[in-house]
Amino acid sequence: MKFKNYLETIAGIEIFPMISLLVFVVFFVALIFFVVKADKNYINHMQQIPFDKEQ
Amino acid sequence: MEQEKFYYDNKIVKQFAYATIFWGLIGMTVGLLVALQFVFPALSFNWAPTTFGRVRPVHTNAVIFAFVGNGIFTGVYYSLQRLCKARMFNDTMSKIHFWGWQGIIVAAALTLFAGFTTGKEYAELEWPIDIAIALIWVIFGWNMFGTILKRRERHLYVAIWFYIATFVTVAVLHIVNSFEVPVSLFKSYSLYAGVQDALVQWWYGHNAVAFFLTTPYLGLMYYFVPKAADRPVYSYRLSIIHFWALIFLYIWAGPHHLLYTALPDWAQSLGVVFSVMLLAPSWGGMINGLLTLRGAWDKVRESVVLKFMVVAVTAYGMATFEGPMLSLKNVNAIAHFTDWIIAHVHIGALGWNGFLTFGMLYWLYPKLFGKELYSKKLANFHFWIGTLGILFYAIPMYWAGFTQSLMWKQFTPEGFLKYPNFLETVTQLIPLYALRSLGGLLYLIGFIVMIYNLIKTAKSGHDVVDEEAFAAPLAKEYTPHSKDHWHRVIERKPIQMLVLSLVVILIGGAIEMIPTFMIESNIPTIASVKPYTPLELQGRDIYVREGCYTCHSQMIRPFRSETERYGEYSKAGEFIYDHPFQWGSKRTGPDLAREGGKYPDSWHFNHMEEPTSMSPGSIMPNYPWLIEDELDIASTPAKIRAMQTLGVPYPAGFDAVAVNNLNEQANKIAEGLKKDGIEVKSDREIIAMIAYLQRMGTDIKGNKTSQN
Repeated sequence: MKFKNYLETIAGIEIFPMISLLVFVVFFVALIFFVVKADKNYINHMQQIPFDKEQ
Repeated sequence: MEQEKFYYDNKIVKQFAYATIFWGLIGMTVGLLVALQFVFPALSFNWAPTTFGRVRPVHTNAVIFAFVGNGIFTGVYYSLQRLCKARMFNDTMSKIHFWGWQGIIVAAALTLFAGFTTGKEYAELEWPIDIAIALIWVIFGWNMFGTILKRRERHLYVAIWFYIATFVTVAVLHIVNSFEVPVSLFKSYSLYAGVQDALVQWWYGHNAVAFFLTTPYLGLMYYFVPKAADRPVYSYRLSIIHFWALIFLYIWAGPHHLLYTALPDWAQSLGVVFSVMLLAPSWGGMINGLLTLRGAWDKVRESVVLKFMVVAVTAYGMATFEGPMLSLKNVNAIAHFTDWIIAHVHIGALGWNGFLTFGMLYWLYPKLFGKELYSKKLANFHFWIGTLGILFYAIPMYWAGFTQSLMWKQFTPEGFLKYPNFLETVTQLIPLYALRSLGGLLYLIGFIVMIYNLIKTAKSGHDVVDEEAFAAPLAKEYTPHSKDHWHRVIERKPIQMLVLSLVVILIGGAIEMIPTFMIESNIPTIASVKPYTPLELQGRDIYVREGCYTCHSQMIRPFRSETERYGEYSKAGEFIYDHPFQWGSKRTGPDLAREGGKYPDSWHFNHMEEPTSMSPGSIMPNYPWLIEDELDIASTPAKIRAMQTLGVPYPAGFDAVAVNNLNEQANKIAEGLKKDGIEVKSDREIIAMIAYLQRMGTDIKGNKTSQN
């Protein structure tokens, strides 16, 4: 009853790392794109949340 | 829109703050005791519960899970309500969370003193407590998400993302690392063995640092630093990148705790690469925290809160620079197993966690009690003595780390070890250990001054239990901006945030672990490696119980300085029956991986009874109770059955004959001792301990051409 037996039974497990890498790259490229393009007003609003001032 | 009136729950914040202070005092006092035991070994008191091997886990658990843990909850319960403009979801859940967590801490302290431990660093607690932690953690998460769902502010501020990531990741880490097979109420064996256990353990251990000591405190930094400085965070854009990059990269870095060990090379390299990359988001976060004070540095001179926070964030920056450096293999070869690592973690614990907590408490108390801080002078005194304490702690430990490492590796011109006696490398460090204790003492004095100051503040103020607040509820129908970006969308959706964080953190762990469990060739089996005999197994459990791993490693790295000193370097295949692995992380004493056969049984007997009788100058505690206490032989069949469940190839029905087998081996050892003039009954714990010590590393001893 070794732990690896559970993993060996997963079909096509080799593809998982490739998918992971793709998810990673796509996610971070999109994230950087978003951050650079983000709307100034929105950023200002977010920064002000801890302060009880009205938007 | 019409404003709604509601009340923030300040009572729960105060309770967690009291608990933070109380456990901080306990944890640090225990820390001072263990530090002093290096200088005055008599402080072990010849009593099992006060030996270093048992007290050290009490110290680490108390500081991490009790002091910092309650600090997290104090900050989260305060800031989450304000950031969501809502009271906590359910007061009863808050109470269960609070009392449940304190109950766990008490149970943890008692069981650790009593020697009930899994033998896995920072996860020493036995299975019933593990289950309790999981339940209480879920209540915390439920309460947090309930609050987030009824919020009156549409967007989730970055601090809340860090809280969410903390909740999910700690849950995953705790559950995966705690898979174990119970033998009795307070004894279990790790589901994993050897290399796999090491990988899971350090994936957990490293990420306990990341997601218990770092991400929640970064959340607190993003809330409390802007509040204390009364200005928004330097760059909100940077904080978004900081968050995602940090949680993604951190989860991969665990294997850097296992460089040059028997862990497969590819996994070590992966750990190094991600550890180095981790520098970028860590420093992004530090810069974001420090630059929040741009143009307001004059405030730092005035405000003791900001002083604490600036040092905290700076310490974070130093520790996160040092971390990637330590994960480079050439640096790690010097630093690993030495006091350098102790210095490194205390920059984090005393500087980052400690000082941020103090800053937060000095800021919170006046708010919670509607009264100015009792004495700014005392708070300033605390700041300076605390800073001095950190320096007096860290500098001697860096010095000790370098000294010891250089002494281990020094060869004479003839090619022999210059310091073949390990003990020489220990006695050399004792003055430095004394200085370190002084540093700890200074830090503790500052802490006690803070307690006095805060009590005075609380007494002169008034108890604001429910703080009135007003905010408009969220509109039911929200019309997003026409060009709403995907990230803005998830910021409104906490559940999606949780799922996304979960996916991000699972990737690294999965990639490192799946192949280690899957691919046979990663852990080459060695034909001569056999399961432990029942007596050795019992001895090993005593080894785990006494926390020997806190000072002795069982991992000979492939360096000439180590193979000369200890023998053939350790192979992955040698540990396949080790549930749990006991590689250790610190060598206050020598490595024991090839201890078997080095000394006669009588040497071990005398050495365990009184180490200085065999090694004058040794700082190891005496273990006289091993000679007096009877071995729990009755537990043997259950332990054998548990091992069989885990895949250890004892023949079928072996549990029935295990006790006979045990007695036979024990009698032999007792007879041998008798020949050397030592009278001891064969059913004493020391016999099992000797059996285990004499077995260690003998499976492939002298067999230098074995596989791998």
